[in-house]
Amino acid sequence: MSKNINGMVEKRGSGLWLTHVFMIIGVLIIFFPIWLAFVASTVTQPEIVKPPMPLWPGDQFWENYSKALFSGVNVPVSTMLVNSFIMAISIAIGKIIISLLSAFAIVYFRFPGRIFFFWMIFLTLMLPVEVRIVPTYEVVASFGMLNSYSGLIFPLIASATATFLFRQFFLTIPDELAEASRVDGASPMRFFWDIVLPMSRTNIAALFVILFIYGWNQYLWPLLITTEPEMNTIVMGIKQMFPSGDDVADWPVIMATSILAMIPPVIVVVGMQKLFIRGLVDSEK
Amino acid sequence: MNQRVTFRGWWLPILLIAPQVLISVIFFFYPAGQAIWQSLFIPDPFGLSSVFVGLGNFEFLFSDKFYRASFVTTAVFSILVTLCSMIPALFLAVMADRLIKGSGTYRTMLIWPYAVAPAIAGVLWLFMFNTRVGVVSWYLGQLGYDWNHVLNGGEAMGLVVIASAWGRISYNFLFFLAALQAVPRSVIEAAAIDGARFWKRFWTVVLPLLSPTAFFLLVVNIVYSFFETFGVIHTITSGGPQQSTTILVYKVFADGFVGQDLGSSAAQSVVLLFVVGLLTVIQFKYIEKKVHY
Repeated sequence: MSKNINGMVEKRGSGLWLTHVFMIIGVLIIFFPIWLAFVASTVTQPEIVKPPMPLWPGDQFWENYSKALFSGVNVPVSTMLVNSFIMAISIAIGKIIISLLSAFAIVYFRFPGRIFFFWMIFLTLMLPVEVRIVPTYEVVASFGMLNSYSGLIFPLIASATATFLFRQFFLTIPDELAEASRVDGASPMRFFWDIVLPMSRTNIAALFVILFIYGWNQYLWPLLITTEPEMNTIVMGIKQMFPSGDDVADWPVIMATSILAMIPPVIVVVGMQKLFIRGLVDSEK
Repeated sequence: MNQRVTFRGWWLPILLIAPQVLISVIFFFYPAGQAIWQSLFIPDPFGLSSVFVGLGNFEFLFSDKFYRASFVTTAVFSILVTLCSMIPALFLAVMADRLIKGSGTYRTMLIWPYAVAPAIAGVLWLFMFNTRVGVVSWYLGQLGYDWNHVLNGGEAMGLVVIASAWGRISYNFLFFLAALQAVPRSVIEAAAIDGARFWKRFWTVVLPLLSPTAFFLLVVNIVYSFFETFGVIHTITSGGPQQSTTILVYKVFADGFVGQDLGSSAAQSVVLLFVVGLLTVIQFKYIEKKVHY
């Protein structure tokens, strides 16, 4: 009965160790594929093709990773990493800039066509790339943007989600601030730079985390428009590393590439966990 | 909308909104319009001209047994992915919520898979179940089960479902944990005083309070499994064997880019457009409800 004073809700009671056991089993199962990929990236090809492969890392770490980074299969993985970085960062920054500007226009101005434009942006929510791949490909091809960074970036850069998020946020900025800068005769853009932008800092950072991962993890679009290996991004390039036909895949190099492909987004997610969770919750509501 | 202080002038806001509108028109509305337009024509075999066929492409599409099968495949796939990602996530979140110490560490470990791209997740799971070198398939073989997702459609489906659900467990876990932590302590204590044990409290008090989050995740996960799992399917099965994992999005790609059947691919895009529209409306109905809540 003594535990009932603090332990009315048996939070630290009987099942605590069992809870830990469940959690640890859960983490182990969830983590296993990543662990196995890491192990495969540190052993030799013969160790893998004669199953069962070892479950503990070997000593081929440098050999496999340097082979992946500097020679790869079709193209060095370092080239694909650079492409992925350029794509992911440009998409994230580009989306944030155009969304900030359009949300500012929608919230702080009354201009002809405002409602029309608002709905137009809203409708783009319903048009993911997957739905319009063939005609979008034709548009990009007609601009001569196949195998180029602009072709990778621009079709993915318009984002209704970011615009709505910033609009929601701008609506919470007290009217007095806008009033004051108007009375002071400050131009709208001055108000944007001095007040709105600094106040949006946390939202921008949280959104950046989400959008970086979105851009980095794109698969279908780079697959369609990059036919030259030099323009491949790492996430889509891995599939190209598998041989066609009956040849055996170079598993250690492919698994080293998988690990390299997940490191940047994992660093972003784990390192900026607070911002990431905030961004996730914000961008879905 | 509420009264707000606004700035005067109309050319500046139009200039500000122009980049987004321009990109939306060029890369969203024009292609979507093209898809609708192309879906009404059949190009001749030489690609020189097209013949207007009205809704012929759609009629043909829905009389095609492969396309109808793809609808069923998509439904089965998305239901399984949603269940396989939400139930373990809920279980883990309930466990993590019981812990005072250490739940942060577990959370850090559990969110990793979210960062892994679907296509990479596909490669990882393919590696584990590979018929020649896979560790899991080898141990299954030792147990007397002959795993071969290259030939067995059911196993192929199982594999793409697990690979797609894996990363989503992290996502669902975060939302469930946040919702659990928002359940008022007083409500739980009241139930505890009434003598309800942990699982009884969970079923009768906590779960109903989680239902808005669960519904939200249900819709989001279905949208995910419809549109964002292309990478998983392309890396693991390429839609096979015998189209048993060809979901709708994969079929648009396979018919449009591999098969070069533009009329049919465009018609499929239009059908998908309706599906996204429907799902978006459901999603917003939910948000509306929550605003009034």
